[in-house]
Amino acid sequence: MARTMAEKVWEEHVVRRAEGEPDLLYIDLHLVHEVTSPQAFEGLRLAGRSVRRPDLTIATEDHNVPTQNLLAPIADPVSRKQVETLRKNCSDFGVRLHPMGDIEQGVVHVVGPQLGLTQPGMTIVCGDSHTSTHGAFGALAFGIGTSQVEHVLATQTLPMSPFKTMAVTIDGKLRPGVSAKDIILAVIARIGTGGGQGYVIEYRGEAIESLSMEARMTICNMSIEAGARAGMIAPDQTTFDYIKGRPHAPEGEAFDAAVEHWKSLRTDEDAVFDAEVVLDAAELSPFVTWGTNPGQGVPLDASVPAPESFEDPSARAAAEKALAYMDLEPGTPMREVRVDTVFLGSCTNGRIEDLRAAAEVIKGRKVAEGVRMLVVPGSMRVKEQANAEGLGAIFEEAGAEWREAGCSMCLGMNPDQLGPGERSASTSNRNFEGRQGKGGRTHLVSPQVAAATAVRGTLSSPADLAAL
Amino acid sequence: MEKFDVHTGRAVPLRASNVDTDQIIPAVYLKRVSRTGFEDGLFAAWREDPDFVLNRPEYQGATVLVTGPDFGTGSSREHAVWALQNYGFKTVLSSRFADIFRGNSLKGGLLTVLLPQEVIERLWEAVEADPATEVTVDLVEREVRAPSAGVREPFELDDYTRWRLLEGLDDIALTLRHTDEISAYEATRRPWMPTTL
Repeated sequence: MARTMAEKVWEEHVVRRAEGEPDLLYIDLHLVHEVTSPQAFEGLRLAGRSVRRPDLTIATEDHNVPTQNLLAPIADPVSRKQVETLRKNCSDFGVRLHPMGDIEQGVVHVVGPQLGLTQPGMTIVCGDSHTSTHGAFGALAFGIGTSQVEHVLATQTLPMSPFKTMAVTIDGKLRPGVSAKDIILAVIARIGTGGGQGYVIEYRGEAIESLSMEARMTICNMSIEAGARAGMIAPDQTTFDYIKGRPHAPEGEAFDAAVEHWKSLRTDEDAVFDAEVVLDAAELSPFVTWGTNPGQGVPLDASVPAPESFEDPSARAAAEKALAYMDLEPGTPMREVRVDTVFLGSCTNGRIEDLRAAAEVIKGRKVAEGVRMLVVPGSMRVKEQANAEGLGAIFEEAGAEWREAGCSMCLGMNPDQLGPGERSASTSNRNFEGRQGKGGRTHLVSPQVAAATAVRGTLSSPADLAAL
Repeated sequence: MEKFDVHTGRAVPLRASNVDTDQIIPAVYLKRVSRTGFEDGLFAAWREDPDFVLNRPEYQGATVLVTGPDFGTGSSREHAVWALQNYGFKTVLSSRFADIFRGNSLKGGLLTVLLPQEVIERLWEAVEADPATEVTVDLVEREVRAPSAGVREPFELDDYTRWRLLEGLDDIALTLRHTDEISAYEATRRPWMPTTL
């Protein structure tokens, strides 16, 4: 029977199938960080259990680590204890850890692909919802809770209930200045934050195939914001070229054998998806959010919508609540919305291409008076590369703060936070109330829009900037 | 894990959709390394408003949360489940839950119950009119009952999850019964697949 890519990967990982039980799936790679793992390791200790496959497990420190003064002890004692707990757990259970200060330290979803640990056809989990990022390689990757983290540590498997499949096809060619972030924000605005619920989404079509691996990761990363279990993109030559030569990539004949297998993962031509959504790439333009969930977005050219424009009563009520929280008036052009802070970084947009795209816009320009711009690389490896390419200097000359790697202001667990009432343009993934700091207001944008916004002080695209 | 069979308690009407896990418990409360004590972070930002439903005296001691669609979206933090449980909730009723939150809740013994939005509305009206209204969530019969609100509604939950909750069984112990099958599978993995060590 014709199968989708997601179904093929799933079938290859079934350890046990029994009537009336969820399938038991084998997990090829388990990524661990400090926030969602302490209770899992403690659970193992209490039960006298060990980590079944430390060699399929890797940990890093990302969620709550500071992004400056790394040599000083972490000021917040509770954060410090959490990081120290991870170090002790990794040491006790034999798990490889990249701690602060290590060149491979960084946001867990930037680190995995960078090391070549993320490969097509794998099952990958992490106690973090943005694990969907790894689906860009044709892996089946999903976020899990701490109980499941403990389950994977102990058994290297997870009992999983079946999913449905959805094809999101982006036909045609993207216009210049339109990025992967704009695609995924437009997709979420179309299907809603619950539209992907129960589905694994496969992104396909000409516009997707033309994207780089890093852009594909941006798209799959935000699948969870549409409520999806996971997002995937079929592996192709772009994927194979990205993996080849990375530290954990297969080499020589093993690489060729791997590519043969990876090519077989593509969705069969006559496979049927449970749902399909089609967007025309040519109609997409830079996209920004106005509300407090990632589905509340509009093109940058548009205005803040009026709640009455929503037919569904629940959506209308949500819009009213969001506009009150965001302190926005319906009808205001999005371009007139003034920000205090610009955040460039996160597992969505903290990779080298994102930094390059933003640096290209901001080079030779200055961050506007009264605007703070934070540039936080996704990993220390990304930072090293950015410095080698002169990007760090471009950001600093423009007046931005060029920080160390971490999740930073994406979720404000470390000192990088918005103050009450402060407004940001952010390349991260969530504009929830208080996400970037209590009372903070977030507009999700692409790296290009973030950079242009930093220069003008209001939400802007590079096309809005005066010529140099 | 504590067993769940039949629970009766008073209910809190939370009239909101898209309640994401950052609202259920903001990130700054996630730094503890224990599984307890998260009740202070539950809806921390909203609880600063004295009129927020959880602050109203008539809903103190309630154990059933009745909420709008798309509850638990966003972050995978299981702390959201722990915060609800630590605060005293035993069950959450909604017309749609985010996948990861629902998975976490059913692993941890917080029974999330899917009901039609129309039934949620009736429950909201009933508990707002009379906060003493009792709601029964019966996992044995897979049914929600609130006689004074005229609600008697079946709900769906797969047999396996229901059995696990009724027995209070630990998923890991169940899986470890199949260690032989896991080892057999491991012997078939492709040799070029990556390892971290």
